[in-house]
Amino acid sequence: MNKVLRELLFPAAAVAAAFVVGGLLVLAVGDRPLLTYELLIGSALTWPDGIGYTLFYATPLIFTGLAVAVAYRCGLLNIGAEGQLYVAAFATAWAGITFANLPALVLVPLCFLAAIVSGGAWGAIPGVLKARFGAHEVITTIMLNFVAVALASYFTQYHYKPPGDPILETVAIGDAARIPRLGRFLPGFPERIPANVAFLVALVACLLVYLFLWRTRFGFEIRATGASPAAAQYGGIATGRQVVLAMAISGALAGMVAINEVLGYRYRYYDGFSAGYGFTGIAVALLGRNHPLGVIVAALLFGALLRGGLFVDIFTEHVSKDLVMVLQGLIILFVAAEAIFRERLRARAPKAT
Amino acid sequence: MLELRDITKRFGAVVANDAVTIRVEPGTIHAIVGENGAGKSTAMRIAYGFYSPDGGEIVVDGEPRRLASPHDAIALGIGMVHQHFMLVEPMTVAENIILGIEPGSRWALDMPGAIARIRALAEQLGMAIDPTARIETLAVGIQQRVELLKALYREARILILDEPTAVLSPQAVGELFAILRQMRAQGKTVVIVTHKLSEVLAISDAVTVMRDGKVVGQRKTAETSAAELARLMVGRDVLLRVEKPPAHPAAPVLAVRGLTLTTAGGARRLDDVGFEVRAGEIVGIAGIEGNGQTELIEALAGLAEDATVAGSVTLLGEEVGRLPVRARRHRGIAHVPEDRHRRGLLLDFDLAENCILGAADRPPVAVGPLRSWLDRVAIRRRGERIVAEHDVRPPVLALKARALSGGNQQKLVMGRELTDGPKLLLVAQPTRGVDIGGIEFIHRRLVEMRDKGCAILLVSSELEEVTALADRLLVIRGGRIVGEVDPRQATTEQIGLLMTGGAAA
Repeated sequence: MNKVLRELLFPAAAVAAAFVVGGLLVLAVGDRPLLTYELLIGSALTWPDGIGYTLFYATPLIFTGLAVAVAYRCGLLNIGAEGQLYVAAFATAWAGITFANLPALVLVPLCFLAAIVSGGAWGAIPGVLKARFGAHEVITTIMLNFVAVALASYFTQYHYKPPGDPILETVAIGDAARIPRLGRFLPGFPERIPANVAFLVALVACLLVYLFLWRTRFGFEIRATGASPAAAQYGGIATGRQVVLAMAISGALAGMVAINEVLGYRYRYYDGFSAGYGFTGIAVALLGRNHPLGVIVAALLFGALLRGGLFVDIFTEHVSKDLVMVLQGLIILFVAAEAIFRERLRARAPKAT
Repeated sequence: MLELRDITKRFGAVVANDAVTIRVEPGTIHAIVGENGAGKSTAMRIAYGFYSPDGGEIVVDGEPRRLASPHDAIALGIGMVHQHFMLVEPMTVAENIILGIEPGSRWALDMPGAIARIRALAEQLGMAIDPTARIETLAVGIQQRVELLKALYREARILILDEPTAVLSPQAVGELFAILRQMRAQGKTVVIVTHKLSEVLAISDAVTVMRDGKVVGQRKTAETSAAELARLMVGRDVLLRVEKPPAHPAAPVLAVRGLTLTTAGGARRLDDVGFEVRAGEIVGIAGIEGNGQTELIEALAGLAEDATVAGSVTLLGEEVGRLPVRARRHRGIAHVPEDRHRRGLLLDFDLAENCILGAADRPPVAVGPLRSWLDRVAIRRRGERIVAEHDVRPPVLALKARALSGGNQQKLVMGRELTDGPKLLLVAQPTRGVDIGGIEFIHRRLVEMRDKGCAILLVSSELEEVTALADRLLVIRGGRIVGEVDPRQATTEQIGLLMTGGAAA
């Protein structure tokens, strides 16, 4: 219990510090910090709209946060979640369009599979490049982001766009591929709010990732590889294989963003649909300590900021919704600073005998 | 003239230098010899201002000096060439040499002037070197000359070389010695740290022998012999006693034939190594560190991935030399690695998880379809058993391995490797950084395992340790097995001479 508290204390302090510095900035541009924060947080907590949109914004961040966390546990920095989710979104839309005639019971799982497999495959590429040739995953995943977006745009533009449509988007997926919004089940929660079943899928994914990492030997092998490749090899673990596996799982998790965006919200692939979810996922994982539970909490916080940012934009005189970006940046900064702080603490800690 | 007077240096509880006094006469080549951990390098780093001593003083040209940093040493004309070169690889020879003391005005660098001066310096010593060549294109021996020139360019009169021949081929050693003699002829003073007795006899005028942080002898080279130096270096007369009944070796378990290992960089680290280890015996490998022991153990464990390995390794008649680590472990090879922090432990994982490293892929730890599920109860039981049997303190499975002392970490590694009843145990430096009590315990466990019929291959740079534990003792030098001795009868001098190749006799 003590340990859990300690794990919570540092991220909470980082968030608090970010809000203090952010408040000073609000003051500097000529607005009242407390009022701004009241708008920011208050508008994210109203029922049903505030909470509904917070859940909706948090859903892709849970997936990408998990994606980054799994890679990180294997000692890898996956900057490519953005590309992985674009590839997956297109592949999911493709499945939803191509097999539109299938019944929902078949089509929805098929689309899930398309999202997971395509994202996983795209994520595995940098894994293979690293395991086989030693190419650094940060470079390859960044580069593959551009390739992914360009590929998806190309196929959309030349093969799947509705004729005469000025927007770069595919035709709609079959009705059977749509997954229900939460309003369908929740009384008093209108269906116009886009929060959908994907949120529940994200929670299940968190549980599965937790079980995988800490209760299976594959998870142990991935974590051992991340903690010390030399010790992992010594223990008979094929570290290269773990790198590929971790990247594939990471990509699959990032790809599951498509479930929220394509199957639950827009019902099509839409160019530029991601508001940098893949990159914000890095911050989510960092703040959530690369643990599934932490990822949920961090994603909810960031989702709430995204939701509240709109209202700050509208109802304050000077502050724009960019404040949310500033806060995200500050949180990351303080979390990183805390890592240095913690390192020092550990260096000073006496050893037991 | 350089003199260390009563220098004492502690690192935590370890006394690295204990009242060390070394007198180096001007214009001579002075060798400092001793086994690994004898305190040679520490003493030299103190002389170069790298460490500040806890006691004693450094006297340069008759005056006591305080060296707060290498800058002070350089200002006094002391230069040092480290075992691992400190060169910027993509830059040229001249750029490296002038780094930090660039000639010219504030705005313009006088590179032609620098190159001319470097050429002149090299010529005086009969060195062939191109100041405009990039470091990364040069052979190791030439890089070492750059290090020498770096010190001479800073007008060093006293040059300290830390294990300068460790990385050199025999020809390059000859060339280096010619340069050092030339320097002596110019009136410079050279201090050379080494553990190779043949080199001491070949190059030095005087020699200081260190052991366990103390100076145990100072001789004129002309008045000593390799045998005397070897005894001073390695030989306490009292060997560490291990209670050990005679061995009853049975059938061969491990057979190594023609094992040759070449690193990715092309260096040959093992050369036609062959031996057998039988069930119920401990075969020791004695040798000065860096003569192929690490590579031998890693090749047998399956960890020499980046190197090219040729030859045959059989375990109970089955060829295992091409198998991955996991397959070898399945066949009953256990391994206590020399570097427990890097290889042997997951420092940030808890003790229970550390106890399943190497065993996490099979029952009882891994169960269910594809052996994918970790059985938490089995893991806890395994951890509790290992911790109890090997007296790991504190016996708290939730603790991170990092929190244990060195001795307890080693007992944990030993316990984990012994608990599954291995057929072959590879043990490297089992007591490095382990306190006396831990050493005794580890030695006793090794003998117990032997008597249960385990074949044990033991590598240690502690000569006392291998002679006390081994039933048969092989000596390795330069990646070759250069001899086998009976550890009960061989004297430390004999073994020391084999280890160092110190005598032709």
